[in-house]
Amino acid sequence: MSDINSNIPEGELTNKWTKFKSSVPLVNPSNKRTIEVIIVGSGLAGASAAATLAEMGYKVKCFCFQDSPRRAHSIAAQGGINAAKNYQNDGDSVYRLFYDTIKGGDYRSREANVHRLAEVSTNIIDQCVAQGVPLAREYGGLLDNRSFGGTQVQRTFYAAGQTGQQLLLGAYSALERQIGMGKVEMYTRHEMLEVVKIDGKARGIIARNLITGEIERHFGHAVVLGTGGYGNVFYLSTNAMGSNVTAAWKAHKQGAYFANPCYTQIHPTCIPVSGDHQSKLTLMSESLRNDGRIWVPKKKDDNRKASEIPEDERDYYLERRYPAFGNLVPRDVASRAAKERCDAGYGVGASKLAVYLDFKANTERYGKIEASKSGIHNPDKETCMRLGTEVIKAKYGNLFDMYAQITGENPYETPMRIYPAVHYTMGGLWVDYNLMTSVPGLYCTGEANFSDHGANRLGASALMQGLADGYFVLPYTIGAYLSKEISVKAIPTDHPAFVEAEERAKGILNTLINIKGTKSVDHFHKRLGHIMWEKCGMSRSETGLKQAIEDIRALRAEFWSNVKVPGIAEELNPELEKAGRVADFIELGELMCIDALNRNESCGGHFREEYQTEEGEALRDDEDFAYVAAWEFKEGVNFELHKEELKFENIKVAQRSYK
Amino acid sequence: MSTGNMNLTLKVWRQKNNNTKGALVDYKLAGISPDMSFLEMFDVLNEDLITKGEEPVVFDHDCREGICGMCSMFINGRPHGPKDLVTTCQLHMRSFKDGDTIVVEPWRAAAFPVVKDLTVDRSAFDRVIAAGGFISVNTGNAQDANSLPIPKMQADAAFEAAACIGCGACVATCKNASAMLFVSAKISQLALLPQGQPERYRRVQSMVAQMDAEGFGNCTNTGACEAECPKGISLENIARMNRDFASAKFVSEETI
Amino acid sequence: MSGFGNALSSSIGRKYVMGVTGIFLILFLIVHAGINSLIFLDDNGLTFNVGAHFMATNWIIRAGEYVLFLGLLVHIYQAINLTIQNKKARPQTYAVYNGSANSKWYSRSMGLLGTLLLIFLVIHLKDFWVVSRFTGIPTVDANGHEDLYAVMREKFHDPVRVAAYVLLMISLCYHLLHGFASAFQTMGWNHSKYNGIIKGASVWYSIIISILFALMPIAVYTGLIN
Repeated sequence: MSDINSNIPEGELTNKWTKFKSSVPLVNPSNKRTIEVIIVGSGLAGASAAATLAEMGYKVKCFCFQDSPRRAHSIAAQGGINAAKNYQNDGDSVYRLFYDTIKGGDYRSREANVHRLAEVSTNIIDQCVAQGVPLAREYGGLLDNRSFGGTQVQRTFYAAGQTGQQLLLGAYSALERQIGMGKVEMYTRHEMLEVVKIDGKARGIIARNLITGEIERHFGHAVVLGTGGYGNVFYLSTNAMGSNVTAAWKAHKQGAYFANPCYTQIHPTCIPVSGDHQSKLTLMSESLRNDGRIWVPKKKDDNRKASEIPEDERDYYLERRYPAFGNLVPRDVASRAAKERCDAGYGVGASKLAVYLDFKANTERYGKIEASKSGIHNPDKETCMRLGTEVIKAKYGNLFDMYAQITGENPYETPMRIYPAVHYTMGGLWVDYNLMTSVPGLYCTGEANFSDHGANRLGASALMQGLADGYFVLPYTIGAYLSKEISVKAIPTDHPAFVEAEERAKGILNTLINIKGTKSVDHFHKRLGHIMWEKCGMSRSETGLKQAIEDIRALRAEFWSNVKVPGIAEELNPELEKAGRVADFIELGELMCIDALNRNESCGGHFREEYQTEEGEALRDDEDFAYVAAWEFKEGVNFELHKEELKFENIKVAQRSYK
Repeated sequence: MSTGNMNLTLKVWRQKNNNTKGALVDYKLAGISPDMSFLEMFDVLNEDLITKGEEPVVFDHDCREGICGMCSMFINGRPHGPKDLVTTCQLHMRSFKDGDTIVVEPWRAAAFPVVKDLTVDRSAFDRVIAAGGFISVNTGNAQDANSLPIPKMQADAAFEAAACIGCGACVATCKNASAMLFVSAKISQLALLPQGQPERYRRVQSMVAQMDAEGFGNCTNTGACEAECPKGISLENIARMNRDFASAKFVSEETI
Repeated sequence: MSGFGNALSSSIGRKYVMGVTGIFLILFLIVHAGINSLIFLDDNGLTFNVGAHFMATNWIIRAGEYVLFLGLLVHIYQAINLTIQNKKARPQTYAVYNGSANSKWYSRSMGLLGTLLLIFLVIHLKDFWVVSRFTGIPTVDANGHEDLYAVMREKFHDPVRVAAYVLLMISLCYHLLHGFASAFQTMGWNHSKYNGIIKGASVWYSIIISILFALMPIAVYTGLIN
């Protein structure tokens, strides 16, 4: 059934990576010095790869659109990073992490990739600690762990609610070290606009200097995209305002397949939308579900305040539906359950599109423990709440403060209101085992690729994958390709392929500037987001998707005839940057709907209303859809499907059950 | 598009690029909702300007959840505005009153030249980090993470220093445009951890040298940086840096 | 030596210079205030004149005086130097700057306070130091010591001078209020267990020293001591 080759090494699952590492061709140090690698993106996947490749001796150029590599959106990850260290002695192992990730991904990811991810997970923690990343510790001085959704062990390492920030600053410091040593050339405020292909291989990029508007040509023996996810196709998401699909999409248009674009993660615990002015959504870390209980009133349209609703009139629907995992079910399950309750009329808050996340029970429980620690027996409720609040504050203080800042409500007193929001995209550029796309010499790492999370990503696995790719996988696998490129001299950038790619990029910019229509870029972005959220969001249907495809095509035509981009291309012009990104989002949106329409099953983040069990759980079709849908771009925004069959030889495929 | 009823007068710094002079320009805004973030209020302004065929205001922002450190507005004389411990993106309009006049300027420091309007160039911070704000450990060199126990108090202190988001509010607010809070936070984070010891005295010397070369001012211990830091980075970090610098220059035998 | 030179010319090195000279001046003020307080014995300045005589004739003290002047000059020189550098670090100033929201006015005004103190110092040196060291004190007291106390009484009969002295002691108080604790911060003498003590000492020192000095002209002028 597969018509594409994933290049998974032969042999036992547990030995594949070890064997690969020992047999992959090497590049000798003097050749490395003449080989240039371009890395686009400076988040966990990009910065770690750039630093590591430079340490190995390659000449590296790294690009980011922000003013500093330290600002990449990996920085916003809150909760933690998984690793199969088994420091808690709770039975964790590489196999269990592998198993949980495959199961969490609803059996839509590659066994070999995921096993490799679980294997290197432990190295990541070692590396980060050695870099001085201040992960949380116990009084004994050893590392602390916490639980995350979809698992029954404590394997999540964290740094308060700022794990992503700390890990990114670790990778950033390693990158800056190489920049200081002259081994990485850093291009900040640069946006990649084209991939340059010569004789079928990726040989460089066209980038725009965002300050001057100058279009630059850069050669590389290989190009790595670590450009993050495309959640902003929904306009409102937890992504940064600048997060975009442009680099990946340009690569797609140059022949890189786009895999599983419809797999979108809707995160269950976000702050609800407060009005039309909303520009982005803010996540409340999944770690809150460790101590927060989710509920809605048992009565429809209950307008009482949370505190006035007695215990027996509350529906702790996750605990009710999934007794084994309770509030810690995977994200897709929790999100759909929240939507189900709100759609059925049980939502809370002014918009009725929210559920409560309540810390009261656990605050009291912690209070009791604290009281007995300090010798208070039979403490009254008030004392418990006071002491417990201190514990909650220590664990989640920054998140509570953020919630209070955004909503103007005090979460220590009233339960938080939360609602699902677009958070992560499991889909991305198709890559083989080596993380190489279908364009030779073009690699893709981190969230930008599709590889490890299947149809749903487990909490604390994104940081793991980004760093695994950048520190421990790509630096090995890229050698397999570069070892054959040692005789290729740097290609001068006046090569016709560079000239042509530059013309393409300039052509788009000029077109956008010259439309001089009447509607702003944001206007189109919001409309696209609305279509995507309504028809290709938490639940999808055939009719809805067909309608969405038509709507998006119409929107595309309108965009290209009526968008208004002020200013000129030869200056710092954020509206022009946004216009280019939204143009790509519109094309991607269509592909996402096409992919969702093609996948006649429900799995993970993809829920088709036509395919559900009687209890409303996702109904997979392993017979017909156990494949990766890899789409090839065709002239005139058309797409051709290629299938990579997923073989499960080490795990028994079953219906996911968190009951 | 707006849902609120606040009316505001904005005085916003407009400057085409680093080679031209800038000036404060007045804008009137109506219908602002108190639930908007400060940047969403700017989105409304820009949408208005675009519709009217004028150039929108350029300002830095990205994550809009207070962690990337990109947003950087000097609001009514204070970096990130009137509330403590928040970034501009987390400042909400409920912190202002109907009818207020709000003056918005870019960070001002010789080391942070204005790029356009409210956007400045903070690459000096990156160069300071590149000079020594790291532990020299190549990928693959690490030992098991738990082979090096670190007292919780020290680990927590390192974390608190590491919470810096590199926004530059400390430089912006310091009357001398000094970067010592930023630099000392990174130096402290690594000085507090056992992993950071081998390079401790090299690091403080090279980072301070780079900081000086960038043209930041000198610290006169007013404490404004600590008071305005959105992440509450403590002045104690500066004391620690001063101490380490003295040890490096007058005690350690290593000179760089 | 080049290592030390480069250390002292760095931003932190310059702070050390300010801090060290500052601490030196702080110590000097204790001695100065201590000896001057002898006037409060109200013995017609006899004990005070003994002290003044000792200060004027002891060779260690005399040598120390040079060091003191040197310290003072370095403190002033470095302050001017730092101020110029700091101005350069922000060539374009803010249209609106709300310093009071985040720091004490006196910590932002050390230059101004210092300049006032410098003006005071010129007057003060002319009033007493020049008299005692160079032009000579015309009278002697009952013990046969040069009667510096008499000079003091004479000078502090002028209400304008008394008012100026008192006002300038207020600026000294504020200068010390910031300078004392600041010197500790600069030297890195910072410890969570001792920070409170340093802060307390800083406040008490500044207030006591300034009040002692301010009381002298007041006491003489009002005849509280005779």
